Amino acid sequence: MEIVPSRRQLDAAAAAGSGGTGALPTYRAAPQLEVRLEEFELFAIDRLRVLKGISDGLSRGKRPEEMEKLVSELWKTHMRHQDPAETLNKDIISHFVLRLVYCRTEELRKWFLSMETTLFRYRFRLETSESQKKLMTDFQLPYKALPRSEFEVVKDKLSQVARSIGQSANVESVFFKVPFEEVPDLVSSRRVFLSKGYAYVAMSQVVSLVVTQFRCNISKALVLTNRKWMATIKEQEKDRLTPIVEALSNAYFGPDYSQPKDAVEISLKDIDQLAKSSFPLCMRHMLDKLRENHHLKHGGRMQFGLFLKGAGLKLEDALAFWRAEFSQKVGSERFDKEYAYSIRHNYGKEGKRTDYTPYSCQKIISATPGVGDHHGCPYRHFGEENLRAALNKMGVSGHALEEIMDKVKNRHYQLACTLTFEATHGVSCDSGINHPNQYFSESQRVLRAKNQTVESKSAT
Amino acid sequence: MGRDDEPVDPMEIDGQQKLQVEASTAVPEGFNADYLRVYYGKLFPYGDFFKWLCYGNDGKHPGCDQSYVGRREFSFTLENDIYLRFQSFDSASELESSIKEKCPFKIDIGPVYSVDPAKRHAYAQSGNNVFVPVERELIFDIDISDYDDVRYCCSGADVCLDCWPLMTIAIKILDTSLRDDFGFNHILWVYSGRRGVHCWVCDSRARKLSNEQRAAVADYFRVYKGGENALKKVSLAGPVLHPFLARSYMDVLESFFEDKLLLSQQLFASEDRCQKILDLIPDENVASELHDKWQGNRPSSISKEDVNAARWKQLKTTLQSGKHKGLRRCVEEIVFSYTYPRLDMEVSKHMNHLLKAPFCIHPKTGRVCVPIDPNNCEDFDPTAVPTLSQLLGELNAASFQTDSENNWERTSLEKSIRFFRTSFLQPLLKACKEELESAYNAKLQQSKNSLNW
Repeated sequence: MEIVPSRRQLDAAAAAGSGGTGALPTYRAAPQLEVRLEEFELFAIDRLRVLKGISDGLSRGKRPEEMEKLVSELWKTHMRHQDPAETLNKDIISHFVLRLVYCRTEELRKWFLSMETTLFRYRFRLETSESQKKLMTDFQLPYKALPRSEFEVVKDKLSQVARSIGQSANVESVFFKVPFEEVPDLVSSRRVFLSKGYAYVAMSQVVSLVVTQFRCNISKALVLTNRKWMATIKEQEKDRLTPIVEALSNAYFGPDYSQPKDAVEISLKDIDQLAKSSFPLCMRHMLDKLRENHHLKHGGRMQFGLFLKGAGLKLEDALAFWRAEFSQKVGSERFDKEYAYSIRHNYGKEGKRTDYTPYSCQKIISATPGVGDHHGCPYRHFGEENLRAALNKMGVSGHALEEIMDKVKNRHYQLACTLTFEATHGVSCDSGINHPNQYFSESQRVLRAKNQTVESKSAT
Repeated sequence: MGRDDEPVDPMEIDGQQKLQVEASTAVPEGFNADYLRVYYGKLFPYGDFFKWLCYGNDGKHPGCDQSYVGRREFSFTLENDIYLRFQSFDSASELESSIKEKCPFKIDIGPVYSVDPAKRHAYAQSGNNVFVPVERELIFDIDISDYDDVRYCCSGADVCLDCWPLMTIAIKILDTSLRDDFGFNHILWVYSGRRGVHCWVCDSRARKLSNEQRAAVADYFRVYKGGENALKKVSLAGPVLHPFLARSYMDVLESFFEDKLLLSQQLFASEDRCQKILDLIPDENVASELHDKWQGNRPSSISKEDVNAARWKQLKTTLQSGKHKGLRRCVEEIVFSYTYPRLDMEVSKHMNHLLKAPFCIHPKTGRVCVPIDPNNCEDFDPTAVPTLSQLLGELNAASFQTDSENNWERTSLEKSIRFFRTSFLQPLLKACKEELESAYNAKLQQSKNSLNW
């Protein structure tokens, strides 16, 4: 892709050449076309709006049908152009620009990969079955439809699977028999029949096959782009593209909670007080359970431990904090032996020495706590009675409580948390809650401001 | 036996043991470094163990990857709780002498990395993340302590023959599905030495799964949703069950629940226990109807029939009467809640999780982590697994015979090692050899073709 200051040459045919002739490109190769510097940035921002919208939708726990609608609306609003060739160009250019933006760290790559894959998944579902088949060919998927004779043998099982996921018992007639490794999403949700290592994928499910391939391609490409970026582009473009690229990723990703803000520190003795005043429900709950059972399982230790780190608990204090509880249950010797490592690991002091980032709401909401687990998002994972009781304990009741429960019913978990924040702090929180550490720091800010008013009042 | 500060000369142990034999062949129960040293010196099956982890790459075949086994991580936990991670060995004798020297209380097996894990720091300098796990068995870890809300005989790390059937169920369900659904053939089940079982799926296809694919397999087995704070832990949506769940229910869960656990766990024997089951019925009227029925119905009045069986029958009749819409699934949900396997998901989802090696000794129980035959897992009795001191006693009793290569043949470890060798290792190595052969031939063919161009 050539970037030119102002002139432009759009060549829709060349762009389409990087994918099918349909409306959905496969982004296999960077197009040979020239892009104006302004468009470079504007297109990228528009695509980011789409990806950000998808990310929000996922964290609200939207159902597939709702996601389909959301994606199609986001696409229409931000990417559509009267001229289909222009739309296609914008699609391809913005994708390749964002590859540059998001290739640079593991975390950025992961986010981009996941959002682009989701975008592709829902756009694919909107295609006609003709162009879906075309795309399967473009991805060079080697699968042939299941022969009639084989189909008859497994027909009953296929029908049973269809009914188990709420579809009609009349089985579709076109199935593909593929290694189960190719369709992890269908396997994990038990949406396919498995036999002897093969998954029987219905025509209406081939999106999973194609998406696996898509994801794999983009993932490899991102690593390559990163190498190119580090080796040449970054230096070559340091006066032109590099600043834009760097600004684009920061502009979006929101605050970084891996390091406590403003050098705030919290100390051991304040934890209980702070939990009462400023921890979101998920974290209060885990602290309660930790104090009660002197133990938390892995998922809880990760979610809560990283939160405390983000809130400003130093490693030494963190070790003391966890030891004080765990030693009552497993003894301090076993704590030092089995658990201390992973705490130092979270602080980047062991293993591959990554400084781990506290979990965002999206990650917490998508967690799947099992028996004995206390992590996850209470708004999503608690039963109704337990949630009501927990909110009551926080001092939320009456109308506010009903409003929160209403959000929960509609699966707006982050909005429910935001409302809880507002009810307990008596202020509005326009930005919404996206991260437990954001909840904490907002809460601290509000409380500090209140204290100051009280102090200044008492001073006068 | 020698327990001095100085390293013990194996000859000396022999001499003293022989003295003991004259008095009695019995060895006092327990677990300590001296016992363990004898076990590692005379009984641990280094050869078979190492052959397993080579997966055929130790042969003369030109297709062998000679660096393969040397990139595998072993981790030792020593007596004083010192962790030695990232150990690696190029040969069985290297492994053997290291184990004999360090006498680890626990041996864990990690993944095969891209480079020798012992030299990872040398590669870390290059900064391009070249030290990554590339292969790992698909593993499962099931702990009986995760079933504490559905068993009343024991809790925590304790097990007995009344609750062990929960593990038997887990083995049956997973083993069948791993073979029939996922097409795996080389599956090793191991008693964890105290409170559970481990599963190693060793097919090359399983070893090459990505983390995402591992998570997919683990999730396929998951029916629990919602954690501790969700009232109903199992929710079976949809008008019929997925074939895997339906088969599990019909073939295993239902009969184990009705024929074993209902009685052995006395699931309906008290008010509290009944209430816990009634809580799983979403229709409050139905639940309270049953509750009232059982209130007035003192156990003695139900003549001969066992109270648990009787109440279960009543509950089933009520729920399946068809009078109540939307409750048909409920009987199944209750059975699933009380019987379905509970996996430690994190262990299965990531390649770099460590798992205790088979044939270790559990320090708390002194029992050997022996393989379990999934085809006869009903017969497995955790309380009859050989202990360290029992093995040493057997060794003493047989010590008038000359020392031979295979001391284990004269102990009750024999059955376990034979099973490991004939039912697991030999078929596995045969498959590995065939795969090596065909991969190599394909490669030859390819290079031939490219020469032809």
